[in-house]
Amino acid sequence: MATTAVDAPAAPAPPPRRNRSRLTLRNTFIGWTFILPNFIGFAVLTLVPVVTLFYLAFTSWNAFGQANWIGLENFARLLTDGTFHTALINTGYYAVLHIPLTLAVSLGLALLLNHKMRGIAFFRTVAFFPYITSIVAIAVVWNMLFSPDSGPINQFLMALGIDNPPGWTTSATWSMPAVVLTSVWREMGYYMLLFLAGLQAIPRELYEAARVDGAHAIQRFWNVTVPSLRPTTFFVTVILTIQSFKVLDLILVMTDGGPGTSTLVLAQYIYRKGFEENDFGYASAVAVVLFFICLGLTVVQFLLNKRKEV
Amino acid sequence: MATVTLDRPGTSPAPALRQDPRRGRKLAARIALYVAMIIAAAAIMLPFFWMVTSSLKTNNQVFSVPIQWLPDPVVWRNYLDIWAKADMLTWVKNTLILSVSVTFLQVLTGSFAAYGFSKLRFPGRDVLFLTYVATIAVPWQAYMIPQFIMLSKVGLSNTLWSILALQTFSAFGVFLMKQYYESIPEELSEAARIDGLSEYSIWRKIVLPLSGPAVATLTLLTFVNTWNDYLGPLIYLRDRDIWTIQIGLKSFVSQYNAEYALIMTGSVISVLPIALIFMLGQRYFVQGIATAGLKG
Repeated sequence: MATTAVDAPAAPAPPPRRNRSRLTLRNTFIGWTFILPNFIGFAVLTLVPVVTLFYLAFTSWNAFGQANWIGLENFARLLTDGTFHTALINTGYYAVLHIPLTLAVSLGLALLLNHKMRGIAFFRTVAFFPYITSIVAIAVVWNMLFSPDSGPINQFLMALGIDNPPGWTTSATWSMPAVVLTSVWREMGYYMLLFLAGLQAIPRELYEAARVDGAHAIQRFWNVTVPSLRPTTFFVTVILTIQSFKVLDLILVMTDGGPGTSTLVLAQYIYRKGFEENDFGYASAVAVVLFFICLGLTVVQFLLNKRKEV
Repeated sequence: MATVTLDRPGTSPAPALRQDPRRGRKLAARIALYVAMIIAAAAIMLPFFWMVTSSLKTNNQVFSVPIQWLPDPVVWRNYLDIWAKADMLTWVKNTLILSVSVTFLQVLTGSFAAYGFSKLRFPGRDVLFLTYVATIAVPWQAYMIPQFIMLSKVGLSNTLWSILALQTFSAFGVFLMKQYYESIPEELSEAARIDGLSEYSIWRKIVLPLSGPAVATLTLLTFVNTWNDYLGPLIYLRDRDIWTIQIGLKSFVSQYNAEYALIMTGSVISVLPIALIFMLGQRYFVQGIATAGLKG
């Protein structure tokens, strides 16, 4: 390959104008042929459904009849739908527990594993492994670990002297924390890797300088690590937020929204209304709400991030 | 930003060999670090350990008080019984068919599109790419209903094709490959163009062979993602004979909800292929996450 370029003309003369527009046309055509095989699938299966969603949200439609335009009726119904409100609050509750906990644990893991030493790759691999394990297997195992009577977790708690350990997934109070714990365990390795990449981009000189100035480890963490990690932390928080608001499969398998409605989340309410009750129009209205929550949160986070940077 | 490899050589100077008065303290810190890591690793792996040991126990032993850490006797029978009690073979076969074909198509169309986005310049290109970017913040859970209706209308629901369609055209593959292609020097394709190679040949003969690591990364991530998918199959696959391993396992759990040991056996079988792939390619997983940490 390297030798072929040698006898090429140094610089081709600039083509006349008409040729150039023909060239643009040709390039455009070739460019499209590259992109189309993927783009057609992407457009049909993602873009079209997203747009259709906004139409469906204004209709009343079950699986068999026709979609009837009913204007804002679905959204009015949302205002008085107690189950929807519960789902909304639960989703917020999940996010409020899940986001800071995952941030703290994954950053802690990254700090612990950001050392050059023998076997470090093994430890990183271990931390990442839960993330690629299937939700179903994880949910099944953790449900058993959380088992109220003789599950390992409660046996451990009782050994510690806690006489009345929680019922976890069978208790309305503890089911959400149990789900959050499981999801933190599953996802921390992923965010750990993102933090690790961020940590390794911090120039060592900054730490040397801080050391020379007499800053001890904790000061170095707050004055060097935390500010330098800001872009990573921002990125992680954005992803984590969206992930939290669309949580579904883990809850579906672990608790199915229960007991009662204690772990019912927005995405599951969409699933229930749509696929279990065939109320497509109303489910779409809920989906529109989810869409705007995710969009809104992302925009707000970007604005906040920008303001801090100035 | 093109390829972030953790711990690239050269980021830190080799440890100097001079006498360090704090050597003893450093050694102690190092040992403490190892202890902390071992504890953390053990805690993280504990659920897996419990899963595997339980799959080799009898039902009564799974929830014995106090916990019985190791199976005694070791019940290998569970690994024979499960094939008779569940359609494991069918589920594994379906999942394998889907994972392999989705992965192949996604790598093919993704790398092809990535070439168009990174190596060719033409009007409208950036707008097109922006539509990919714009969908990142849109959760699938928001548009799964219109998508389901569409695929049902064309008769694809309740067939394996629906999952193929669902998983193949993710924006993720395009992103990941584009990131990598941009790190391949422009001069290479320029030289090939002067030699008279068509763009398609440049993609096939030059760029694709050079993008081994990116292809490996995308292959692993897509395969694992398709293997582990639960929601897609839950919504689309109704008939038992087209179920995937995840749906099958879930139904097995509901059906045999007191057969704890067998349930764990099924879980182990569903995780085993992924664990194997993970061990073979963990380097690429790390690279993939670091390069394009926007999966999901």
